[in-house]
Amino acid sequence: MTTESTPQAEDSSQPQPLSLRLQQIFVRLGVLPFLLLIAIIVFSLLSSRFYGPENIKNVMRQSSYLTMVAMGQMLALLTGGFDLSVGTILAVTSVFGAAAMAAMYAAFPDAIVLSIAVGMLAGVGAGMLIGIANGAGVALAGVSPFMMTLGMASIGFGISLFQTGGVPVYGMPKEFGKVLGFGQLFGFLAAPVIVTIALIVVMYVLLNWTRMGRYLYAIGGNLKASTLSGINTRLYLFLAYVLCGAMTAISGIMLTARLETGEANIGATMPLESIAACVIGGVSLRGGTGKLANVVLGAIFIGLVQNGMNLARIESYLQIVVIGALLIIAVMADQLRQKMMAKLRD
Amino acid sequence: MVDIVRGETGVSARAETPVLLRLEKISKHFPGVVALGGVDFDLRPGEVHVLFGENGAGKSTLISLVAGVYRPTDGRIEFRGETIDLTAVHQARQRGISAVFQEFSLVPQLTVEENLFLGAELTHRHLLSKRAMHAKARDILDRLGFPLKPGMRVAYLSRAEQQMVEIAKAFRSELSVLILDEPTASLTEHETQRLFTLIEQAKRQGVGIIYITHRMNEIKRIGDRITVLRDGRKIATLNVAETSEQRLVELMTGRVIAQIFPKITYHPGATILEVKGLTTAAGNVSNVSIRVRGGEVVGLAGLVGSGKSEVARACFGVEPIALGDVTFDGEDVRGMTPRQMLDRGFFYLPPDRRDEGLVMVRGARENISLPSLNLPRFSSGIFLHRGAERAQSLGLAKRLNLHPLNIERAVDHFSGGNQQKVLLAKALSRDVKLFVFDEPTVGVDVGTRVAIYKFIAELCEAGAAILLISSDLPEILHLTNRAYVMHRGVLRAELTGSEISEDQILSHFFEREAA
Repeated sequence: MTTESTPQAEDSSQPQPLSLRLQQIFVRLGVLPFLLLIAIIVFSLLSSRFYGPENIKNVMRQSSYLTMVAMGQMLALLTGGFDLSVGTILAVTSVFGAAAMAAMYAAFPDAIVLSIAVGMLAGVGAGMLIGIANGAGVALAGVSPFMMTLGMASIGFGISLFQTGGVPVYGMPKEFGKVLGFGQLFGFLAAPVIVTIALIVVMYVLLNWTRMGRYLYAIGGNLKASTLSGINTRLYLFLAYVLCGAMTAISGIMLTARLETGEANIGATMPLESIAACVIGGVSLRGGTGKLANVVLGAIFIGLVQNGMNLARIESYLQIVVIGALLIIAVMADQLRQKMMAKLRD
Repeated sequence: MVDIVRGETGVSARAETPVLLRLEKISKHFPGVVALGGVDFDLRPGEVHVLFGENGAGKSTLISLVAGVYRPTDGRIEFRGETIDLTAVHQARQRGISAVFQEFSLVPQLTVEENLFLGAELTHRHLLSKRAMHAKARDILDRLGFPLKPGMRVAYLSRAEQQMVEIAKAFRSELSVLILDEPTASLTEHETQRLFTLIEQAKRQGVGIIYITHRMNEIKRIGDRITVLRDGRKIATLNVAETSEQRLVELMTGRVIAQIFPKITYHPGATILEVKGLTTAAGNVSNVSIRVRGGEVVGLAGLVGSGKSEVARACFGVEPIALGDVTFDGEDVRGMTPRQMLDRGFFYLPPDRRDEGLVMVRGARENISLPSLNLPRFSSGIFLHRGAERAQSLGLAKRLNLHPLNIERAVDHFSGGNQQKVLLAKALSRDVKLFVFDEPTVGVDVGTRVAIYKFIAELCEAGAAILLISSDLPEILHLTNRAYVMHRGVLRAELTGSEISEDQILSHFFEREAA
């Protein structure tokens, strides 16, 4: 889309030292292409199975859940806030969706499709309630996103544990897991991947072709200027958190189908991983900038790293260390990029 | 021995006055902008050296270099005969170079005395000597004659009082160079007098003072020499006694003043905005009544904090109204949102484009269309017409001579003047009956300034109503056919036609002498 920024394109066609050209790629695309390249090289050296078609399928499926959450997180980040309750939204969705589905199925063992539909609606509804509470707190009451979503994370998690007594919820129809958890189209596209692709399309249209998308960028870039430009900033801030909740809840339903149980503990690492995916994808923590494609790539990158570490038999506790380190490296690289951008403008 | 000493100083003074501070060929580049290009400047002990120039001429950059806020891109700074390289403000402070900036460097949550000693706390065995600091703070404030209590929190002080804290901070330690950036902008006449007495005292102690002001009478009252800057270059250094106002303005602007302001033909028509007895909920405006008609430029003059912005903001729906009527084009518009006001043809251009005007990280196109995306020409339903948006934004950018003409470039990467053009283009993205310009020429160069005035003139002659809010006197004098003057939230005067003179407005700007 930005290929027609002509003057620089002309400049870069002249022969230049490699380091300068790398610098320009870095400034234009961010740290992500470099990280992806490094990850692919390292993991293909560590494990021969990394390149197999089966593993590529695995990476796509595994990273689809995070991709959905990261897209929701991106909405909150664009407005200059963030959502620390995405893990809890997954938990609430999973627990309440599974409970509703199991109850419906127990009452009407023949109405399989209806049970699944009711369960999914209940789950997404419960997850969105958290988003609505976040949005109301941030946009209407003016609570800082940090405190509001952190508080809701605790509230939602507590309710999920209380509801289930800490044990997984069983009793959902088998078809739920079979279709939405393990189902495939053309033997290649897993169900969560299809849902993710659909959500990517929706997000793309929302961010690039609707007024709401434009307003989210504007609000994050400058709240006061947006108010003076006649934008109902509270409404759109509210909607950002509600949509973030909805995206995350859909991810929660898909994850529940995969696990075939409702679990309160499924999202503990999600706040960190979703923010990491966005930041590695170049979304500014100060709001106002970020591209959808890069966020999707950021989520895939994290999935790729986790997958590669599994294949290389790196212990799962150490994997958490690596994800944290990657996040910090990405933020430092982004700051370096900002500085270089200012210099190259000279 | 006394005689010898006296004789020596006499000789050296006759041969050449010693220089306290000398800048040689000093340059400062920012990304895409040359803020200062090879400027020479020198300061002698015991003089007030005025820096004079338009907004954006490089005055602030120059004092920031001296105060250690920025490092020069090129050139040399010499202090008491030795070359110095200042990398931080505290290094400058250690040498006795202190600056009082317009943007205050105070921490609002801390008290006056905590702010006074910030970064230079008195300690005894690594613990704070609070009692000693309290005593010394009181001592400094008393010496300066400022009516402040050391224990007050800065957040609760008025702008003028915060200014006093800032000045007191500069006088805290041994001074050799004092930099004052428009220090009187928010002071009353009485406080200004007090400040000038202090400056006289400091001069007698051999302190060199760099003083930025736009006010001619201040230059005459306390200035010894004056350096005129324009577009980052030094134009001249003169003795204040040997120069005239006319000459200074010519040097500052590079042209005769009449060319800067266009001739506007006013055709006052129907009343567009009528405000009666307006009082805001915050209390910064009380009982203000103004009227703006189509085809005229109405000035709203006053100092910073006089409530002049708040009048317009209350009408636009961003400042809650407590009392009074606001009628726009015959309709009661109290309690309406900015969206509703925009849709009725009321456009407010805020003073600080970085803070309130533009989304700096986004491109010019997105900024220009932002207030108008709800119009059919930019969108239908929830979807945007991106092609039409691009074409219209580009058209407006061309009309205002945006340079460079790249509407996808982030606004942050344009120069100040071109950012201002993007702000103006926003106002043209829809049909507008009343334009409110709030300090439209702050931080822009002369060329853009002229373009903005021409822009205002054209809008007025096309029949639009214009409210020009400004603390810049020449703007009010030359552009308006009617002007209101505000002071501390109250309307002081309404002046029409030939009544709009510098003396008239200034007499209402400040508190009356008797007060």
